[in-house]
Amino acid sequence: MSDADVTGAKTPQARVDGAMHGFAQELGALSAFRLESCIHCGICAEACHFYIATEDPQYTPIWKVEPFKQAYKREASPFAPLYRLFGLTREVTAEQLAEWQHLLFDSCNMCGRCSLICPMGIDVAALIEQARHAMFEAGLAPKELYQKAAHQRATGQPEPSAEPYREQLLTIGKRFGIEIPLDQPEAEVLVCVPRTDIEHYPSAVAALARVMQHVGASYTFRSDGLIAENYGYYAGGKSWQRDISLKLIEQAILVKAKTLVVPECGHAYTALRWEAADLYGKALPFKVRHITEFLADELTAGRLKLARADTGKTTFHDPCQLVRKGGVNEAPRALMHALGIELDELKNHGAFSFCCGGGGGVLDIERAAPLRYRTMENKLREIDDTGAVTFVTSCSDCRRTFDDAKAHFTWDKTPHSLLELVANNLIGTGNGA
Amino acid sequence: MDLLGFARGPALRVALAVFCIGVLWRIVGFGLLRLRRDLNKPRASIARFLTRGLITVGSRSWPHPEFIPRTGAGEALGYSYHIGLFIVVLLFAPHVAFIGSLVGFTWPALPSSLITVISVLTLTLFLAVLFRRVTHPVLRMLSNFDDYFSWFVTALVLVTGLANTAHIGARYETLLALHILSVDLLLVWFPFGKLMHAFYLVPSRAINGALLGRKGAVS
Repeated sequence: MSDADVTGAKTPQARVDGAMHGFAQELGALSAFRLESCIHCGICAEACHFYIATEDPQYTPIWKVEPFKQAYKREASPFAPLYRLFGLTREVTAEQLAEWQHLLFDSCNMCGRCSLICPMGIDVAALIEQARHAMFEAGLAPKELYQKAAHQRATGQPEPSAEPYREQLLTIGKRFGIEIPLDQPEAEVLVCVPRTDIEHYPSAVAALARVMQHVGASYTFRSDGLIAENYGYYAGGKSWQRDISLKLIEQAILVKAKTLVVPECGHAYTALRWEAADLYGKALPFKVRHITEFLADELTAGRLKLARADTGKTTFHDPCQLVRKGGVNEAPRALMHALGIELDELKNHGAFSFCCGGGGGVLDIERAAPLRYRTMENKLREIDDTGAVTFVTSCSDCRRTFDDAKAHFTWDKTPHSLLELVANNLIGTGNGA
Repeated sequence: MDLLGFARGPALRVALAVFCIGVLWRIVGFGLLRLRRDLNKPRASIARFLTRGLITVGSRSWPHPEFIPRTGAGEALGYSYHIGLFIVVLLFAPHVAFIGSLVGFTWPALPSSLITVISVLTLTLFLAVLFRRVTHPVLRMLSNFDDYFSWFVTALVLVTGLANTAHIGARYETLLALHILSVDLLLVWFPFGKLMHAFYLVPSRAINGALLGRKGAVS
């Protein structure tokens, strides 16, 4: 088997069986229709930043699910017996699946740009997510994602830390002089926090508490449902994704929350807003709002009062999971408008924005770094071309990816958090500026 | 029974039967698979996201402006030969008469000379499409037997049709028989390969548009 990461002691055939079983489990009419509809036009390649950066055909999005397309035709399509009889498609092998690991994980951010270009209207990103589930079942998820998912499922946090995150959260509160309501028995709003912010951007955690306090929200953090990220989603472990989501769902129900606020974390929003109910098995008894949506609502309600931010020429990166895949289109811009910011938009912005390059867990996969940097060059060029002096985004993983690029390329921009920008320009109480 | 009689008699009947049953089975085959209900609360109303689906059927016919520099030429090439095919199939007088005999009404046709010019152009575009498929690294990698055979059976109909109208290579009856046999072959192959996209195009776009519209996202 290639240099792919493998988990569990399985025979090659068991891995193929696991992948096929994982894929078949989710093979409904919708995914079958998507697989049936591909006309091999290759146009999806032209939306993918991995292909655009490298011109390497293997990065064509639909090619990333080729083994599963092959398996569908051979095993489950209406003419499957004919495909087998005439040998029109080969059997999927364990070696092939191992080779595909880097296509499904290292070189796909699950950003969904390909799903907007397909002339047949195929949601290629949805197929890739399904293929990741199958790879996980085959024990073929990259080790970084697998280990973090396993740790998060078991302990609530993706990695061990010298001090538990709940303690770090309280420490951040003390350091920034902001009250952190933790483990309140009841609250209207349950707030979770990206571990990226706890570890890398504590000021964003403080900003989160500050804006919640400013709007007078009845809210709480909960020790048993604290972390926003869901490494089960990244690794393709659907049952693990469910278990990790359940930690937040159960806490929200426990405190009788009407709203679960997802902080600046794109994939956490997808996992909770657009996938959690399906995994939970019923509709969630509370609303899920991204922090920018929540604050835009508060702005409309008149509870969020903002001063003009002096940011100079400013541009904004639209996180894929929030905008393209999540539909959070207007809220960030409504907040920036209220801050008096007139954006100099990127050439590709809004739903057509290029991914930062770190999404889908790619930032965590060490061996993927060289390709990720190559892919990011186009994005950084777009940002530079705006001539902006301030660069803002609303996802902490995107922020971390850009910060990493800043160090790697000696790039002269610093990614700022929109949430922090809001928190630093509050009028009245709670303004820490 | 002569060749022409066979082509437009039993061969055509068998081909039509394979076409109808095959298309139906291909759709029913996966349509019988389960359809999960999405339990996540939609952002938009049902009316709004269904409308989004319908809009996407039309809007996805041409790439979003952001994509045009990279895909405009390729998509224009693809659409142009489809348009050529539609004109030749639906507006050539003998075709109008033939289809009219099946459906019970006819419509105005284009002059034969114009149809010949369009056929030659369409065939040229077909060759360009094939050239692109074998030379473009992405298309070459994605292509399989289905892609090339579907191209072949469609091009064969065009070539035999042109030979028939230009009276090249054999007697008129023989050329017509070969043309109809090529159509029979296309009908038989249709349900098994990518030609099925003719039936998938509208629902596929509509579903993508509706699901993205459900989230309030751009489609």
